[in-house]
Amino acid sequence: MPVSMIEIEELVKDYGKVRAVDHLNFKINEGEIYGLLGPNGAGKTTAILTMLGLSEPTEGTVRVKGYNSTSEPLKVKRITGYLPDDVGFSDNRTGLECLVYTAMLNGIPRSKAVKSARKLLVTVGLEKAQDKKTGTYSKGMIQRLGLADVLIKDPEIVILDEPTIGIDPRGIIEFLDLIRDLSKDKGITVLLSSHLLHQVQKICDRVGILVNGKLLAEGNINELADKLFKDKEAIIKARVSNITGELINKLLQEENINDVKRDGDLLIIEGKKEVTPLIAETVINYDGKLHRLSYEEYGLDEIYQYYFEGGDGND
Amino acid sequence: MTDKVRPFWVMVQKEISEHVRNWRFIILVALILLTTVGSIYTVLSIIRDNAAQISSNTTFLYLKMFTKSNNNLPPFITLISFLGPLLGIALGFDAVNAERNKGTLSRVISQPIPRDHFINSKFVGALTVIFILVFSLGLLVLGLGILYIGVPPALGEFLRIIIFLIFTCIYIAFWLNLGITFSIVFRQSATSALSALAIWLFFTVFYSMLVNVITGVSSSVNLSLILSRISPNYLFDELTTVLLTPSIRSLGALSFEQIYGAIPSTLPLGQSLLLAWPHITALLAATMICFGISYVLFMKQEIRG
Repeated sequence: MPVSMIEIEELVKDYGKVRAVDHLNFKINEGEIYGLLGPNGAGKTTAILTMLGLSEPTEGTVRVKGYNSTSEPLKVKRITGYLPDDVGFSDNRTGLECLVYTAMLNGIPRSKAVKSARKLLVTVGLEKAQDKKTGTYSKGMIQRLGLADVLIKDPEIVILDEPTIGIDPRGIIEFLDLIRDLSKDKGITVLLSSHLLHQVQKICDRVGILVNGKLLAEGNINELADKLFKDKEAIIKARVSNITGELINKLLQEENINDVKRDGDLLIIEGKKEVTPLIAETVINYDGKLHRLSYEEYGLDEIYQYYFEGGDGND
Repeated sequence: MTDKVRPFWVMVQKEISEHVRNWRFIILVALILLTTVGSIYTVLSIIRDNAAQISSNTTFLYLKMFTKSNNNLPPFITLISFLGPLLGIALGFDAVNAERNKGTLSRVISQPIPRDHFINSKFVGALTVIFILVFSLGLLVLGLGILYIGVPPALGEFLRIIIFLIFTCIYIAFWLNLGITFSIVFRQSATSALSALAIWLFFTVFYSMLVNVITGVSSSVNLSLILSRISPNYLFDELTTVLLTPSIRSLGALSFEQIYGAIPSTLPLGQSLLLAWPHITALLAATMICFGISYVLFMKQEIRG
C-alpha cells in the first residue's frame, strides 16, 4: 500500500463568483512524479496554492504528509519546496546569495547554507554563474536557480508550477531530466503542473487532467490512451515496392482491417493496432519489399484534445 | 538549529541591505544631506554674526539650529517635514507589488515562515533605515553645532532634540505605511507611487487652501484648527514647533483671561510635551492605523489576482 504524500479531498475554491477548482479529488504517492495537466486557467495554480496553505479553500481539505495545509501551513511548507510559475529573484543579488537567503529562511545557518548552496548550484549547472547577479540570468538559468532554491531546504515534496515555461526545447529536456534524476535519487515526491503534455509525459509516472477545475481523468499515459482509444482505429502506413492488387485484396479480407488505400508505393491501412505484424507478414508473403512500416499511435496530443474538447463541448 | 537563525531578522536584514543599495534611496539621502548641510550652514553663519548678542544659557541655541534660517533656505524642521514624507513613500511604495511582479513574493512566503513576517519585515526594515538616517542626520547637526559654537547643549535641549527626532521617524513611518498600503492595493509600482505622492501633495499644498475656503465662510478659528489638524503635515509641524520652541505656550487662541498674569518665560520640557500630547497620540495613531490597514489588506489578499 503506497503512502500518499498529498491528499486532496473535495477541494472547492471560488474567486468571487468564479469557481476555479470544483470538487477536486486526487492523491499523490510517495516518490511519485505526478503531472497535473490542463489548459491555462484550469485551476492548476489555485490547487497548488491551497496545498501550500497560501490560499484558503472554500470547501474541502488538503493534506500534505498528513498535515492539514490550511491549519498547519508551516509544517507543510517546511517539507515542501515550491517553484512558482512566475519565479523570480532579486536582480541585484547573486545566485548564491539568493539560495543562502532561502536556506536561512528555513532556519539553516549561514555557513551550512553556503556549502549546500554551492553543491546545488553544481547540480543544476550554474556553478559558473553563481557569483553573477540574477538580473543577468537567462530565463532558463532563472528556472534552474529556482529548482536549486526549491531543493535547498531538502524537501520531501517538490511542487513545480509550469516549470518549463519560457525555456528553449533543449533546456526543457535537460531540466526535466534533472527533475527526474533528483526525484529518483532522493525519493522526492514531485507534483508538476503544465499545459504542455509532450514535455512532461516523459518523466511523469502518472498524470491527472484538470479542465475547468475538475479532474477529468487520471492514470499513466498508456492507461489513459488505452481507456480512450481501445476501440478506436489506428492508421498504419507501409512503404512497399511492387504493390499488387492481390496484396491489397488479401489485406482487405482481414477482419481487423477496415480500409486499404494506395498512394504511390505507400499503403495506408486503417484498422486495429494489433494488426501491424500481420501486415508485415502478408506483404512479405506476396513478394512485396517492405521498406518501412509505421504505426500512428494515439498519443498525448489526441488524449489532450479529446479531453479538452470534451471539457469544452459537454458542459 | 532553528534557535540560531531567526528567519524574521534574516528578512529584516535583507530589507535593510536592499534599501541601502537602492539608487532611489541613495539619491534621496544625498538630497536630504545637501539641503541639511546648506540649511545648517546658513543658521551657523547667522549665529556667528550675532554671537555678541547671544548668551548661551537662555536662548536654546541648538534648538534654533533646527528651527531658524535666513530666507535663502528653509530651516531644518521645514526641510524634514517636506522631504521626510518623500523618503517614507520612496521606501514603501513598491514594497509588495514589486515583489509580486518580480515573482519573489510567492517564493518567499512558500518558505516555512508565517505570512505576516513578510509585511512586518518590510515595515521594520524600512523603519530601521529611517531611524538610522534621521538620527545620524540629527546628531550630525548637533555635532556640527558643537564644533562651530563650542558650547555643549543643555540636557533639556538635547532631550528635546532626541524627542523631535523620534517623532520625525514616526511621521516618516506614517508615509512609509501609506506607501506600503498603496503597494498592496495597486499592482503597478508607478500607480502606487503616484497615489501616495498625490496624497502627500494634497496635504502639503492644497489642504490648507481648502481649509481656508471652508473657514472663510464661517470664519471660526477653532474650526480652522480642527480641520487643519486632520492633515498629518500640520500635526507634525505643530508638534515639532512646540518641541523645538520652548517659548510657545499654546497652539490655539488664548483669551485675555488666560494670558493675564502669565510669566513670559519658556516652558519646561514636560509642559511642552503636555501641550503637544494630543498631536503625539494622533500621529502615533495615524501611523499605527495605516500599518494596521496594510497588514489586514496583505493578509487577506490572494497571492494570485
